[in-house]
Amino acid sequence: MTPLRKAVGSLVAPLVAVVAAMLITSVVVALSGSSPMEFWQIIFEPPADRVYVNIVNQSSMIFLSALAAAIGFRMNLFNIGVEGQYQMASYVSAVVVGAAFVPGPLNVVLGLVVAVVTGALWAGIAGVLKVTRGVSEVISTIMLNAIAGTLVGYFMSTYGIRTGNARQTATIPESSRVPGFTPFLERDGAIWSLVLIAVLAGIAFSFVLNRTRFGFDLRATGMSETAAVASGVKVSRMIVISMLISGGIAGLIWMPAFFGSAYSYGTAYQAGLGFTGIAVALLGRNRPLGIMFGALLFAFLNEQSNRLTLNSDISQNVVLITQGVIVLAVVVAYEVVRRRQAAAEQRAVTQKLQAEPRGSGTGPSDTTEVKA
Amino acid sequence: MRRLTKIAAASAVLSLALTACANDSDTAAEDDLCGGGGDGPNVGLAYDVGGRGDQSFNDAAARGMEQAKEELGATCTEAQAQDGEPESAREDRLRTLAEDGHDPIIGTGFAYSLAVDAVAPDFPDTSFGVVDGFDPTGDEANDNVAYLGFAENEGSFLVGVAAALKTQTDHVGFVGGVHNDLIKKFEAGYTAGVEAVNPDITVDVTYIEEEDLSGFADPAGGKAAAAAMYENGADIVYHASGGSGSGVFDAAVEAGDDMWAIGVDSDQYLTASDDQKEHILTSMLKRVDTATFNEIKSVADDKPLSSYQSYDLAADGVGYSTSGGYIDDIKDQIDEWAEKIKSGEVEVPSTVK
Repeated sequence: MTPLRKAVGSLVAPLVAVVAAMLITSVVVALSGSSPMEFWQIIFEPPADRVYVNIVNQSSMIFLSALAAAIGFRMNLFNIGVEGQYQMASYVSAVVVGAAFVPGPLNVVLGLVVAVVTGALWAGIAGVLKVTRGVSEVISTIMLNAIAGTLVGYFMSTYGIRTGNARQTATIPESSRVPGFTPFLERDGAIWSLVLIAVLAGIAFSFVLNRTRFGFDLRATGMSETAAVASGVKVSRMIVISMLISGGIAGLIWMPAFFGSAYSYGTAYQAGLGFTGIAVALLGRNRPLGIMFGALLFAFLNEQSNRLTLNSDISQNVVLITQGVIVLAVVVAYEVVRRRQAAAEQRAVTQKLQAEPRGSGTGPSDTTEVKA
Repeated sequence: MRRLTKIAAASAVLSLALTACANDSDTAAEDDLCGGGGDGPNVGLAYDVGGRGDQSFNDAAARGMEQAKEELGATCTEAQAQDGEPESAREDRLRTLAEDGHDPIIGTGFAYSLAVDAVAPDFPDTSFGVVDGFDPTGDEANDNVAYLGFAENEGSFLVGVAAALKTQTDHVGFVGGVHNDLIKKFEAGYTAGVEAVNPDITVDVTYIEEEDLSGFADPAGGKAAAAAMYENGADIVYHASGGSGSGVFDAAVEAGDDMWAIGVDSDQYLTASDDQKEHILTSMLKRVDTATFNEIKSVADDKPLSSYQSYDLAADGVGYSTSGGYIDDIKDQIDEWAEKIKSGEVEVPSTVK
């Protein structure tokens, strides 16, 4: 398989998926009695300046969430608990930063560390349960989501500061805010500086997975646990560590918004990113570059769909169908491409074997491609 | 790995699909609220999660709009909040409405408080109203914002009285949508009303969600909560859970004869299905329609409302409904309590003990 053909192969799948999603969405919109043309016109309308800002901000959080899910997937772990991990982390971090134990920028660093540690510990519970008691992480992380929601809700209604009908944590001091830069007018909002966390996390993810022993062990365990055990990988240790890392990344999800514009945990907290992340991780094939495009696409669709409720009678929920179909179609398309590639490889090998006289063949060494 | 991917994909798609179903309550396409007005104010109406069609909170705001259309020739644009949407989405919604020249712009639900506070200073000539809203900064309130507050505890007290007078089992229930301070206010008033009549009556209390606003759009959750109460011996359940309330009514229907539910915000007897109607004892009325209409009228009269507006029992901001005629026999007693509240003789608590 030449690199060019491989590249084309990995581009074809997402393109097919997007086209399929557009077709199916159009059918759904038409069936519900509205005009598909109108739908796509609104979605593809050039975004307003502030919408560009929102897309960048939102995609950074979706990216982090997807990264957290992806590290689990690469290791064959389904961390469905990103939602609860970042909720716990956001709340605890907001409380600590709001208390302002340390001054200024140091407080920001403290807040980030607290968020990572909280997220990691919350995910770690599921990891420890899996290796010591054999509890499936799918079950335990879902349950931990519910526990996190209830715990945070309890703490908020017991200790939260009441403003009007809402509760919030203490607003963080001016000196601990990280506002960001305004590419357009002041009123169009700012791109949060901590969006950079997402970029750094993506680079670190790529480096650790592809260039370190740990990353190799992780991928090996994900592809074949028995093979990994045979080559000396301690699988249970790997499970706990990957859950910790996954949770740690999850802890960072809401941090750009927290330090950039919310300044407290309360009505401004954005729930639901954990589940979006799972879909985007699948869409991006658990690789940072793919996830980045997936995050941008989802953020774009989410933001543009806000216009639907204002300018048409098409439900905003139609976009959820689009997103669902994209994910489904991508998985199907990759499977089709993978099978075709495997078949092509097999043919190539057979041809080679037939062409060469017996005795000289040293096995099909060119087919042992690493794929996850 | 590949198997995991497939499972993960299936569940991710399923969760997206479920979200789509759960929110599929908008009847906006069916009837046209906004068109057909005259040259009155052009209203921007931003609903909370659940949207128009919840037969409760958001629908009450829509009724106020409808009245404004008929009496003031108002026109409007509607928009709806999504579950789990970012703060920036609410802001963007209000900004778009303001840029398109709407005045007033009304956000239903306190979740719009922060967004209005951020947007209002940029549009000083536009009036904003927030139902249940508050000024989040507490310092410089914006002159062009009106916070439309209600004494839900007083209205809930009255339906609590009704429940206490009607219960056969001395056991009643309360289902809240989300365990926040606003809904606790309903609970506090209701419990106080029940106790005022008969302190020996048991009041079961359940909240569908601790914090997540999806508790206002979760009929299945409402049904489960109420069904448990009927099974435990309660015969009347009051809900303050917005769109989840239809599940509470269904639970009452399934629990059988002499099992009652109490509606909230709107007169829910009027919008219920035929078999539900036989189980809706009364509804606590929160006159979001009055507040919405007054806000629009104030703009039409060129005297836009500003700051905190209180809609309590004395101002007819809250009350109870009599549709169905199930409480006609105790109406006098309820009204006696209402008079006591209005005169200040009875003070209804607004926080849970």
